[in-house]
Amino acid sequence: MDSMITTAKTAPSLQDLAAQALDLARRQGASAAEVNTGLGAGLSVTVRKGEVETVEHHRDKSLSITVFFGERSGSASTADFRPQALSEAVMAACAIARHTAADPYNGLADPAHLARDIPDLDLHHPWPLSMEEAIDLARRCEDAAFATDPRIRNSEGASITTHDGTDVYATSDGFLGTVRASRHGISCAVLGEDGNGSMQRDYDYAAVRDPRDLPAPEEVGRSAARRTIRRLGARQIKTCQVPVLYEAQVARSLVSHLVSAISGPSLYRRSSFLLDSVGSALFPAWVHLYEEPHRKKAMGSAPFDGEGVETRYRDLVTDGVLRRYCLDSYAARKLGLVTTANAGGVHNLMVAPGQEDLTGLLRQMGRGLFVTELIGFGINGVTGDYSRGAAGFWVEGGEIVYPVEEITIASNLRDMYKGLVAVGRDVDARHNVCTGSWLLERMTVAGG
Amino acid sequence: MTTETFHNRNLDRAREALLTPAGIGTGEIDQVMGRMLGHQIDYADLYFQYSRQESWSLEEGQVKSGNRHIEQGVGVRAIAGEKTGFAYSDEIILPALLDAATAARAIARDGREQTAAVATRDGGALSLYQPLDPLLSLDDTAKVALLERVEQEARRLDPRVTQVMASLGGSQETILVVRSDGVMAADVRPLVRLNVTVIVEQDGRREHGTSGGGGRTDYGYFLTEERALSYAREAVRQALVNLEASPAPAGAMQVVLGPGWPGILLHEAIGHGLEGDFNRKGTSAFAGRLGDKIAADTCTVVDDGTLPGRRGSLNIDDEGTPTQSTILIERGVLRGYIQDRMNARLMGMAPTGNGRRESYAHLPMPRMTNTYMLAGQTPPEEIIASVKKGLYAVNFGGGQVDITSGKFVFSASEAYLIENGRIGRPVRGATIIGNGPDVLTRVAMVGNDLALDSGVGTCGKDGQSVPVGVGQPTLRIDGMTVGGTEE
Repeated sequence: MDSMITTAKTAPSLQDLAAQALDLARRQGASAAEVNTGLGAGLSVTVRKGEVETVEHHRDKSLSITVFFGERSGSASTADFRPQALSEAVMAACAIARHTAADPYNGLADPAHLARDIPDLDLHHPWPLSMEEAIDLARRCEDAAFATDPRIRNSEGASITTHDGTDVYATSDGFLGTVRASRHGISCAVLGEDGNGSMQRDYDYAAVRDPRDLPAPEEVGRSAARRTIRRLGARQIKTCQVPVLYEAQVARSLVSHLVSAISGPSLYRRSSFLLDSVGSALFPAWVHLYEEPHRKKAMGSAPFDGEGVETRYRDLVTDGVLRRYCLDSYAARKLGLVTTANAGGVHNLMVAPGQEDLTGLLRQMGRGLFVTELIGFGINGVTGDYSRGAAGFWVEGGEIVYPVEEITIASNLRDMYKGLVAVGRDVDARHNVCTGSWLLERMTVAGG
Repeated sequence: MTTETFHNRNLDRAREALLTPAGIGTGEIDQVMGRMLGHQIDYADLYFQYSRQESWSLEEGQVKSGNRHIEQGVGVRAIAGEKTGFAYSDEIILPALLDAATAARAIARDGREQTAAVATRDGGALSLYQPLDPLLSLDDTAKVALLERVEQEARRLDPRVTQVMASLGGSQETILVVRSDGVMAADVRPLVRLNVTVIVEQDGRREHGTSGGGGRTDYGYFLTEERALSYAREAVRQALVNLEASPAPAGAMQVVLGPGWPGILLHEAIGHGLEGDFNRKGTSAFAGRLGDKIAADTCTVVDDGTLPGRRGSLNIDDEGTPTQSTILIERGVLRGYIQDRMNARLMGMAPTGNGRRESYAHLPMPRMTNTYMLAGQTPPEEIIASVKKGLYAVNFGGGQVDITSGKFVFSASEAYLIENGRIGRPVRGATIIGNGPDVLTRVAMVGNDLALDSGVGTCGKDGQSVPVGVGQPTLRIDGMTVGGTEE
């Protein structure tokens, strides 16, 4: 059966729906309102040990509305688009607004900041993929993983996913923005077993906007297998303080902790370890972070933020100094600042790459820990204290010596940022935060 | 009220809410099932759901935002051997159901149309909670007032409290499961929770504390025994302790875990690794180890979905199986897995009432309910007195596990050093890491003070969240790795 991924005819109806919801809110007496509504469809297929394991057909649909009665607000959402459900959602939002407190910072974004021209960011490339084709790609991916090494004996499967959606944001001020975007992926997770019967698992994946940009499925499968095999025979190490190299895909989390600490709510609640830090040198002077929301086809691209504010290139850290916070209109008004178009998060936050590739960074580290996986949630955003479970490799003389597991790595995020020694040019571009690997001066590794 | 009448009422209620408005009766159900039950489909089910939820949140002394959400839909699943076909619709109407059935059955090559007459029978159900509607149990003004009182209590307790964030949430979910083996079962599930986080500040140093609770009841729960206020007190107490805390030590040491919420240890180290799907596929570090000694003799661990009113409890799971108390580890020996219907069938075992899903738009999987260790003999004071140098951890944030290697972590949000049998200074930033298959062999002492958590746990697996509970008595575990910064 062919999958049924078409949204072309639905875009106008989402806009009508948003208009209806706004109209209902106005008739209830709301002084302003905003609507987010979306419709999407997708297919996800998993093959495990050569056999189809799951075939999932996705259809997502949602509408959420926030109403303002002067300085009071209320919100509601529904997945049911029938007139009665829509009207109930609007009434529910209005009912809530009768009970919430007046907040002078409430309201829509300043019209002066709204996106006027909505650029085409080349995000929409539907993949007319049949179930049979998807199964075939997943099978090729997993087969390649098994063929890579005889120690790959088991699998969690290989998956092919495709999704195509339309999102509309509309306000009572007359803003109406529509974004159509697709995303497609190949992923594979396999298990390896060594002579002692101990098992390891690892994975790899690709995520793109345009199916023509996907790597061959075999490439993803082989990489997943290699990542698993290299972990076999992992052991604990003794507690020590050493340099730590974060592989690009885990280094990204360090940028996310930064974003969270300089985001509106953490600041106005004064619950961040980076209060009042704009203008201070959080990083060494060579560090440069910037947001590039209009990159064509990128995973984090968006023509406007979650409240219609125009996105554009913006520096975040230059010469190691934090230049701004990440704010939406509400937080900005509360802090006496201007929105940075970060309602809903950052859009392609890039860490400027350095000169070295991963091999070069390992050599630069010499002796220390190379981290490829993190587990747990040991981050205190109020103090910056950091302690997470890790797995990776012990490095001597710039070379990987053996795999390591059952350890934690700990420090304070402030010290970690200050102690950034190098960023690799091995940029992981699969997310809205893109960075190469990070070499940190020193952390406490706890082991046996 | 007997179990039977209680159950029938839920079934009637669910039919009225989910099927009647759509004009779906026995004939229509048969038509949908018929579309799936070709000769290669072994099993199919329909999962109808209607849920209403709300949340109110307070900061800076005022409730500034609130949200209501309504969701309904039906998930259609067809299973052929180890293959699952799945589709869903957010419209409960016959054409959408038929489309979903066609998409779901496509996994089997010869899904030929047949006529199915699903003679529905009652699958049985427990009555662990009433079909309450939390959203209507207090008027909106009183919900706002409740959060304001929580905030005032926190601020009253200590002038160092600079911020109070409190949230109140409630939901009612009506579900109806129709299975191809003829069982039709329904449940009406209330759930409430209240969370408080406070920020304290002294001499430029800031810390936070968090507390909360809830269960399958209505908002009246928070008004009895000053529960809501007690969460505020607990959050302030914890934050002030952390304000005095110094960095945690790093390395292997004796660890004493307090009773209740530290049972997250069992959830991460043991529970996930015993879920049927991972064991059927041989991807869990526990695979093939039934009957093995994997814990000290003093350890008996159960997963129990039948505790009245608790957050992790269910009258029936999301496949219509009544929940039960399943022994996972009995006096140190691995006895059982956590099963849904598909994995149980493929493994030749009985389902354990653990087939759960986040919503109609997600596939069911084996998931925990309330996972806890039974009480032992030792008074907790004696356990602490037995430690010369170690860590006493009483509150935790989140945890995570790597099923295959068995390595798990969980992070303490309140911990103290133990020196010469006495609880000493508080420490911060202690993440604990261990190996699931052997951590319970290191249990040296089990307290007589079993406690369950207050009802705030949410478990994530494959992107699906479900409410769960944990519990344990005070435990001493020897040789755990503590991940602080002080060598």
